Amino acid sequence: MHIAVENLTKRFGPVCANDRLTVSFAAGQIHGVLGENGAGKSTLMKLLSGYIQPDEGRIVFNDAPRRLRGPGDALAAGVGMVQQEPLDIPAFTVLENLLCAAPPGVFRSRRAAQTALLELAGRLGFPVDPAARLDQLTIGQRQQVEIMRLLLCGAQVLILDEPTTGITAAQARALFAALRQIAAEGRTVLFVSHKLEEVAELCHTVTVLRNGHVVPPGQLPMPQPQEYLLSLMFGESGAAPPIYRPLPAIDAPPVWELRHVTARSGALHLVDLNHRFAAGRIIGLAGLDGSGQQVLLRLLAGQQAPDHGQVLVNGRDLTGAGSIAFRQAGVEYLPADRLHDGMIGALSLADHFALLQRNGLLVDRRRAEELARQAIAEYQIKATPVTPIASLSGGNQQRAMLALIPSTARGILAEQPTRGLDVASARAIWSRLQARRDDGCCIIFSSPDLDEIMEYSDEVIVCFAGRIGPPIPRALLSASRLAELIGGVGFDALVDVVR
Amino acid sequence: MDQLWIDLAAVLAAASPLVIAAMGETLSERAGVINLSLDGTMLLAAMTGFAVALTTGNLLLGFAAAALVGAAVAAVLGLFSLTLGQSQTAVGFVLALLCTDLSSFLGAPFVRVPGPAVPFTPIPVLADVPVVGTLFFRHDPVIYASFLIIPATAYLLYGTRLGLIVRALGERPAAVYARGVDVTRWRYALLIAGGALVGIAGAAFSLDLKQGWSYRHTFGAGWIVLAIVIFGGWRPWRVALGCYLFAALEIVATRSQSALPNIPTQIVQVAPFVLMIFVLALVNLASSPAAMRRVATLPQIWQRPLLGAINRLRATAPAALGQPFERP
Repeated sequence: MHIAVENLTKRFGPVCANDRLTVSFAAGQIHGVLGENGAGKSTLMKLLSGYIQPDEGRIVFNDAPRRLRGPGDALAAGVGMVQQEPLDIPAFTVLENLLCAAPPGVFRSRRAAQTALLELAGRLGFPVDPAARLDQLTIGQRQQVEIMRLLLCGAQVLILDEPTTGITAAQARALFAALRQIAAEGRTVLFVSHKLEEVAELCHTVTVLRNGHVVPPGQLPMPQPQEYLLSLMFGESGAAPPIYRPLPAIDAPPVWELRHVTARSGALHLVDLNHRFAAGRIIGLAGLDGSGQQVLLRLLAGQQAPDHGQVLVNGRDLTGAGSIAFRQAGVEYLPADRLHDGMIGALSLADHFALLQRNGLLVDRRRAEELARQAIAEYQIKATPVTPIASLSGGNQQRAMLALIPSTARGILAEQPTRGLDVASARAIWSRLQARRDDGCCIIFSSPDLDEIMEYSDEVIVCFAGRIGPPIPRALLSASRLAELIGGVGFDALVDVVR
Repeated sequence: MDQLWIDLAAVLAAASPLVIAAMGETLSERAGVINLSLDGTMLLAAMTGFAVALTTGNLLLGFAAAALVGAAVAAVLGLFSLTLGQSQTAVGFVLALLCTDLSSFLGAPFVRVPGPAVPFTPIPVLADVPVVGTLFFRHDPVIYASFLIIPATAYLLYGTRLGLIVRALGERPAAVYARGVDVTRWRYALLIAGGALVGIAGAAFSLDLKQGWSYRHTFGAGWIVLAIVIFGGWRPWRVALGCYLFAALEIVATRSQSALPNIPTQIVQVAPFVLMIFVLALVNLASSPAAMRRVATLPQIWQRPLLGAINRLRATAPAALGQPFERP
């Protein structure tokens, strides 16, 4: 289906999120939509899929103008949107989720739905178990289920909002292959992203949004030079790529030391870990979702006690001491789910500094606000000391979390430190983390994004099915080799070499 | 031995209003709305049902009036919580108090007035089957209805596409909205249907099991139903089992009163409530994280059957229960 928008305008209060957009998307192709956070991508996609209604202008499907009163209208007209976190029902099985409120007449019976699902899954190359509960699946698998649900419910246009956030490299490859197949069958795919490499790899055309406008007006055919697209997204400035400086390998004292550590989480067993994590470097943990990275981070943060073995921080045995003792020893943990595990959404930055005050019964509010003001200036957080954290953007929340880490910290554990952030915010976060590293911190981070691991790590540790590989200096590693190791190819040989 | 079957049949009968009210509450909570006004609604509906049946001489009209009262209270709750976005628990609690006092005030002329009652109607042939007949077929229509409503609710929730939507409304309304369903309208429908059942349960007291009307006629049964729905994990069969357990405890308590005359009647009246909460808490304690950790330290042979049993006991609330719905 061919879709187009004409003079589409949407305002939120004084902000014009989409300002007289005119652009069209042809059938049978994959269209990239690029832009930094706040450029108006999400607004456009929500307008197209009926979640919000335009103030002016119109939406045209196959040359017929359509008024969409809700997402149900849009799906009936053939437009389905896959949200960043798929809008499915976690307590349901894959099949129940598919049947729930399906358009009348699409599935005649449970069995027919299952047959249709398995047939489509085979065609797209998605492994699927119709009886599995969705809350047991990874985000990537739930996304696959959601794509199949929308297609089976009659979607001719598939909109994906930042689909590669939070999924593994292998799942991203499977997704790309499936999207090519979907486009080849004559459907339209809109791929919303801020990752240039992905758009370059996958898309036939690209539309760049900046401040609610399409720049330059209309679509561009791919490929385009990366620098050109960056300059379109961010304006002429701000597009400077980071400079990679490999650190000289220093023989620093270890911040963490694991001795014969055994631990488990669910079906995952980590056996006999012996590792030293030295100060003054950034160590990237690479691996498929749930290969042991999170367990390792939790062990090092003291949030999980090992079943056997010892965990030493700065030479002191803290086995089983609990996360408070680890923090006092200078270990900080930045969880992936910032608002859930990291900070308290209803409290402000000043409140968070007040929480760190340990002496007396009363809160020294003046001191807390002063610290918050310093942090805001130093970390360029867009907020006042009294703004609730929940109302900040993801990038500002992450900066606030970094600002709360005391300068005495010796080790920082970061789980997906740039999850959901746009390019500029991610770079800002990394420059902060690198500054901490240069001050002598040991920073260990996990990320599903191999490019991020390759770009920022001094050493890379590959996790594979609960086994933790030896640290490999970044300079000795290529992207293709890393991808192989994550899939287990040559992993045994790597471990043997170190033994 | 025969006495045992007769006692069990009495338990099944005594639980019938609880079962009907609990199924109504299960429906609306599965759709994500807590109807905390349940106890007050039951009282007001019991009074109205009795008054209407008494003045018109028509039992069916009495039940219809009771259902209407239940639906109306639910609609008021819906107006404040679903349409105006106020807290479901706060509005429900205020409604519970209001309806309780209204029932006492408006029902004053009917206190201890003899009135009509649902007639005993054993089912021919089936009633003479040994044991089964005594247990299930020597009752009246209200009690038969309470038997049928359990499988009906279970089938609705787990066997139909309508049930998928109901459960999804309580789990993740945004997902149902994305599929083109009007969340608020559907929640209204289920809240009102559940409220009508709660109203019928009230009339089941005043026109059948505890015939007539008096101050605080149902003696807090509505509150225990709310607890049973929670501890029953919002699953119809388990919820019904909880209702029968409570009815059994009540009957045991009444019996023990004649056996042990020294115990004050207040203790006898309250004991089932305390015992019930105790039993339900024990059941749910078994599936707590602490208990799981304890199980994990046991030898492997023990772990598997224990974990299986715990998984069966485990009950998780509908994820969006009590939360207002905002369009994404």
